[in-house]
Amino acid sequence: MLNAMLIDPADNVVVAIEPIAKDSPVEYDCGGETRRLTALEDITIYHKLACRDIPQGEPVVKYGQHIGSAVTDIRAGQHVHVHNVESHSTNV
Amino acid sequence: MTFFGYERPDGRVGVRNYVLILPASVCASDTTRIVAQQVNGAVTFNNQQGCSQVESDQQLTMDVMAGYAANPNVYGTVVVSLGCENCQMDLVVKAIQERTNKPLKQVIIQEVGGTLKAVDIAVRYAKEMVAEASLLQKKEFPMSELIVGTECGGSDPTSGLAANPVIGEMSDRLVKDGGCSILSETTEFIGAEHILAKRAASPEVHDRILEIVRRYEKALRLVGEEVREGNPSPGNKAGGITTLEEKSLGCIHKGGHSPVMAVYDYAKQVKAKSGLVIMDTPGNDPSSVAAMAAGGAQVVVFSSGRGSPTGNPIVPVVKITGNKLTFAKMEDNIDLDASPLIYGEKTLEELGGELYELVRQVACGRQTKAEALGFTEMAIARVCNYV
Repeated sequence: MLNAMLIDPADNVVVAIEPIAKDSPVEYDCGGETRRLTALEDITIYHKLACRDIPQGEPVVKYGQHIGSAVTDIRAGQHVHVHNVESHSTNV
Repeated sequence: MTFFGYERPDGRVGVRNYVLILPASVCASDTTRIVAQQVNGAVTFNNQQGCSQVESDQQLTMDVMAGYAANPNVYGTVVVSLGCENCQMDLVVKAIQERTNKPLKQVIIQEVGGTLKAVDIAVRYAKEMVAEASLLQKKEFPMSELIVGTECGGSDPTSGLAANPVIGEMSDRLVKDGGCSILSETTEFIGAEHILAKRAASPEVHDRILEIVRRYEKALRLVGEEVREGNPSPGNKAGGITTLEEKSLGCIHKGGHSPVMAVYDYAKQVKAKSGLVIMDTPGNDPSSVAAMAAGGAQVVVFSSGRGSPTGNPIVPVVKITGNKLTFAKMEDNIDLDASPLIYGEKTLEELGGELYELVRQVACGRQTKAEALGFTEMAIARVCNYV
């Protein structure tokens, strides 16, 4: 059963559309093909998790756009939120 | 598609038929509350401004007052002022008459002899106006007569996934039918302004979109603050929104895919039948909705992932959520559930069509959840502190 959503093929995060428990499968659609990974943490419904490894300093991409930068290395399956992302313009 | 509404002498079409008891300042606001309580069919609001303001700040208040009186959902207006405030009666009346020729009465508390006499006179004016308003028969009009404001508040990631795209689809349909849709909330263009600017219908509109974003950020820096301080809010973050850029990218879906035809300053009169336009408003919902109502919107569509109850004194506010848990918990507050889009149970076209039909029904008189609860909260944007 699909339990996550990829909004844009360029995205490196997916959105959990059901609560996802640690170590359980994450399934999402990418252009008609179901892709799978394993959640490395509990993911609250509608929160984001990485669908690819995101190295520290690299952009976090959602809606095909940069929404911030990874402040630490983020592995595929990890929760992506305020603890490991910062807004690009925070200190403009 | 058509709806049944009230034709006004200035040529505009209302979807409600209120008499507005308009307080010219904070010092008249309790008086207008008492007046409106005495007259079935009258509405008012608590105006916290109207005095002790610098010019640019007072202009925002004046534009909201004039715009409310001119909004076609209002049959006529009784302006009540204290008498000594900065928003003097003659200025308020002039601002209203620049926008509309609808019925207008004035009561100045200090001139008529105090609160009780002012209440007596204003109640009698209002009762007479309500009686006149009740004689109006609705007529059939095309959807192109509608100006629909769009808003998002208490957002979460489902706003960008479902509720806002559904609003965008509704907006595109309204624009295609010749109407006007207003995209608002400048603070929530930040990080997505380049996408909106690319959709501008002219180089002037392109530059104006970028300008209102820069102007907003600059205004906050002048007082040593950063727009990201309170944005995303704690509720946005608890819901899963991480950065302002992410919130903005979800927010701008409300504008659908139509070209942006114009950019309006806060609460200025919007030209009907003009397609998709932007109004420069704060992300704060009651003050953004107030600006669009002042601009002439007859209906506002408002998405909320967390579940916002807010309404407006003169404009029906339609609530929509993309969060299935929020809809289950707050069905008393929310008119439409857009979450089937996320789960593949309905298409964007289906839900956009449902929302468009709901807007049409609300224009015909269907009560929104916020109206049924009697919610009329609003705010007026500020430039700076009182003087």
